[in-house]
Amino acid sequence: MGRRVLLIEDEPNIIEAVSFILSRDGWDVKTHSNGHDAIDAVRARRPDLVILDVMLPGKSGFDILHEIRSDSELSGMPVLMLTARGQVKDRELAEQSGVNRFMTKPFSNADVLEVVRSMVAS
Amino acid sequence: MATLNVLVLVCFLYVTFLFAIAFGADRAARRGRGTWLRSPVVYTLSLSIYCTAWTFYGAVGFAARSGLEFVTIYLGPTLVMIGWWWTLRKMVRVGRSQRITSVADLISSRYGKSNLLAVFVTVLAVIGTTPYIALQLQSVTLSFATFAANEPTGTELPSQQSIALWVALGLAVFTILFGTRNLDANERHHGVVMAIALEAVVKLFALLAVGVFVVWGLAGGIGETLARIDASPIAAWEVSGSRWVGLTMLSAAAFLCLPRMFQVMVVENEDEGHLRTASWAFPAYLMLMSLFVLPIAAVGLDVLPEGANPDLFVLTLPLQEGRDGLAILSFIGGFSSATSMVIVAAIALSTMVSNHVVMPVWLWITGGSAVMSGDLRNVALLARRISIAGIVLLGYLYFHMSGGGTALAEIGLVSFAGVAQFLPALMGGLFWRAANHTGALAGLATGFAVWMYCLFLPSFGPSSALPQAVLDHGLFGLHWLRPQALFGTEGMDPLVHAVMWSMSLNTIVFVTVSIISFPRPVERLQGAQFVNVFEHSGNTAGWTGGLAQSEDLLIMSQRIIGAPQAQALFATAATRQGLAGYLPEPSPDFLQELERELSGSVGAATAHAMISQIVGGATVSVEDLMAVADETAQIMEYSSRLEAKTEEQERTARQLREANQKLTQLSVQKDAFLSQISHELRTPMTSIRAFSEILRDTRGLKAAEKSKYAAIIHDETVRLTRLLDDLLDLSVLENGQVVLNSQTGHLDALLDRAIAASGLDKRTFRIERDRLAEDVMLTTDLDRLAQVFINLISNARKYCDSASPVLKIAPKRQNDRLLIDFIDNGSGIPTDHQSMIFEKFSRIGETKAGGAGLGLAICREIMARLGGDISYLPGQSGAAFRVTLPQSPDTAGSTASA
Repeated sequence: MGRRVLLIEDEPNIIEAVSFILSRDGWDVKTHSNGHDAIDAVRARRPDLVILDVMLPGKSGFDILHEIRSDSELSGMPVLMLTARGQVKDRELAEQSGVNRFMTKPFSNADVLEVVRSMVAS
Repeated sequence: MATLNVLVLVCFLYVTFLFAIAFGADRAARRGRGTWLRSPVVYTLSLSIYCTAWTFYGAVGFAARSGLEFVTIYLGPTLVMIGWWWTLRKMVRVGRSQRITSVADLISSRYGKSNLLAVFVTVLAVIGTTPYIALQLQSVTLSFATFAANEPTGTELPSQQSIALWVALGLAVFTILFGTRNLDANERHHGVVMAIALEAVVKLFALLAVGVFVVWGLAGGIGETLARIDASPIAAWEVSGSRWVGLTMLSAAAFLCLPRMFQVMVVENEDEGHLRTASWAFPAYLMLMSLFVLPIAAVGLDVLPEGANPDLFVLTLPLQEGRDGLAILSFIGGFSSATSMVIVAAIALSTMVSNHVVMPVWLWITGGSAVMSGDLRNVALLARRISIAGIVLLGYLYFHMSGGGTALAEIGLVSFAGVAQFLPALMGGLFWRAANHTGALAGLATGFAVWMYCLFLPSFGPSSALPQAVLDHGLFGLHWLRPQALFGTEGMDPLVHAVMWSMSLNTIVFVTVSIISFPRPVERLQGAQFVNVFEHSGNTAGWTGGLAQSEDLLIMSQRIIGAPQAQALFATAATRQGLAGYLPEPSPDFLQELERELSGSVGAATAHAMISQIVGGATVSVEDLMAVADETAQIMEYSSRLEAKTEEQERTARQLREANQKLTQLSVQKDAFLSQISHELRTPMTSIRAFSEILRDTRGLKAAEKSKYAAIIHDETVRLTRLLDDLLDLSVLENGQVVLNSQTGHLDALLDRAIAASGLDKRTFRIERDRLAEDVMLTTDLDRLAQVFINLISNARKYCDSASPVLKIAPKRQNDRLLIDFIDNGSGIPTDHQSMIFEKFSRIGETKAGGAGLGLAICREIMARLGGDISYLPGQSGAAFRVTLPQSPDTAGSTASA
């Protein structure tokens, strides 16, 4: 069972926080901080889980999710979306795009940990 | 007695036949059928009412007494018909276009619709016509008496007076029946006209029959007849030149002015083109009528005993020869001549009397209240019927009083001279624009006064109407005022004398007064309408009649009140008339109903004008046009008001639409703004929460980690606070609630302050300044301006991607403005972002530099408040912003150059 997580996020403090939490739980966390070549990072790293921000410079999280789902090799990749735009329509849009889980910022560290564990376990 | 009985029977049958003809023609006309009613032949024959009993009987008497002079009576109309054909055409056109109902109406209408003139003409016409009607009654009674006298047994006969009364009553009844069936706007009487046309044929046939009998039956051929004429006293008569000219002119004038002639020639005219036919056919008719006058007169003088009334030769010659059938025919011919004249004259005069005398008086008495109610029509009809009865009765009274002694021709000529007084006013009105109301009234009055004094009153005989003293020595004993020798013109024929003086004085007064007095505006207008009638009115088409007209009316009505309503209206009317299909006959009732209906949409005058355009073939009169213009003006005013209202509503709607669009836009912007704020707030809060949870929950954290995470929390709260400050600042600036604190200071000091506050490290970031140009005094809110500078310098620090970043600050003066450019040496802002950088939450480039993207938006708001501007300068080496400030001349002048 893999423990590799790819965090795609542009806010340095959030990257640090999420990395700290997951690392302490034994996850192998890799990060990527812009939208342009996020899909390349996913392809290169082949993580067991992708944590994706929505408001990314260069390309939105939704577009990246669409690219992941369109790639035959990556289509089954579990994706957790974290967004600061906590509106209902964003959640709907995310679910339509084929996201596995969706969480709004700010979040409880324990919740994130639990969700990540459950997503990779299943 | 048998002959007399037969005569009475034939007379009765003839009258019944006339009633039937008139009734049938009326019915056919109302059904819109019978185009034969509208033929030029009928028109020409109807003109023959000129030939009354006077012509039928009197011409022979005239010839027997005065030789060839009788020809003048035929010559006048012939000359008018052939030579003055265009005058008649003009009269007909005017009559049509102005919807003239009588000669009085024509004259009054021409001279500014003057009712005074109308009343005057009406009274004169009645006075002039009454003897003429009496003359017809006299001829009928005389001819009846002739028959009676011829009876072998002296059976008891009705007196002449009672015959005349019965004839008068019969004529009144006929005229009322067929002359006032309806108040048709065009005053056309198809039944009457048809009856008259038939009588014209009868009288011509009768006269020709007697003539043929006399020439070939009595005289024994043409040669013999001519010989007898040569032998008779007729040949010996001297031809008086002045009398010839005078009589010819008189009959020509009378032909134009006689009310009954005007009635058949103008009012009953169906088509202007009929005049063309009549111009040759009517002279031909007159020629046939006059063909056997001389032979009958000559043979009569020869055959009949001395002292026989030459006025009755036409009747007495066949009787003398025992030709009772021919005599009856002759009687019927004379009867026809007399009755047709009385009928038409009564119609013409009653129209004048009721329209110009009775109706105005009645309206005056009732105060005009009846105009609005429907019984006006009934009153008008009643007035006309009473007028007819009155006029015929007047004729009878004249006959009763004068005793019937005067020669037929003399009464006729007196009457002619009377109505001929209308001529100057009539012709002047048609051809002379300067002719006016005052002139016409003065001329007419003068002419009639002279006619009365010189001809009419003396015609009653010496010492009856005028004292013998006046006749002999003049009025008030003034010698030059003798009625038959005015101004000393002695030795003239009394008739020629009266005609000459009355006509010439009439004309002179009319012309002189017209020249020296001024016409009213309506007169000028009407004058132009009458004189230039051919320019103002199109050629009037013939009366198309019947259903074709209804079709035209329907087409017009559909345009006005809409197809469904118009069709329903027409269909209902058709059903009411008992007709299959959807088109009713254009009956007067229906036309009135239609006019009322259309009035609701286009106004009464317009509706009337439109309908009569189609039905009457009439052109629109000036009054109509003026009324239409009034209505149009009202409608235009109304519609322009509506238009203004519509415009206003449109403007309001547009404003509302724009406001709505703005609101929608604002709502979208607000949503986007809230979403942005939410994101900007949640991001630092996420870090704060995450790290505070780490600090709380994680055991065994290193001290360095603890302090680092606490620092992050601290920085993020500072960021949050700054964000909230910016939001509030922007909100205050945008709402215009900001209070500006104006101060005066140096630009270079302000820039020093801004650079220091921006936290820029001068060792890694070089700033190029122009101290010389910075030596400018500013009077503005210095703190706010510093805020803008700090923002721009901070942006350069955050976003300039050059390895050795340089920011150039270059102030310069341009006219009354101060420009301060901030140009760095980075890669600048991509063109597609340049337009967005001043919007809220927009960020340059991909990296976040801690700002929420509100900085430039705030700068823009501040500069707007300071009366200046901030803009991006494209095409520079790097990112370039220009701050523009208004600079008053005095502060600009304080610039010191070192």
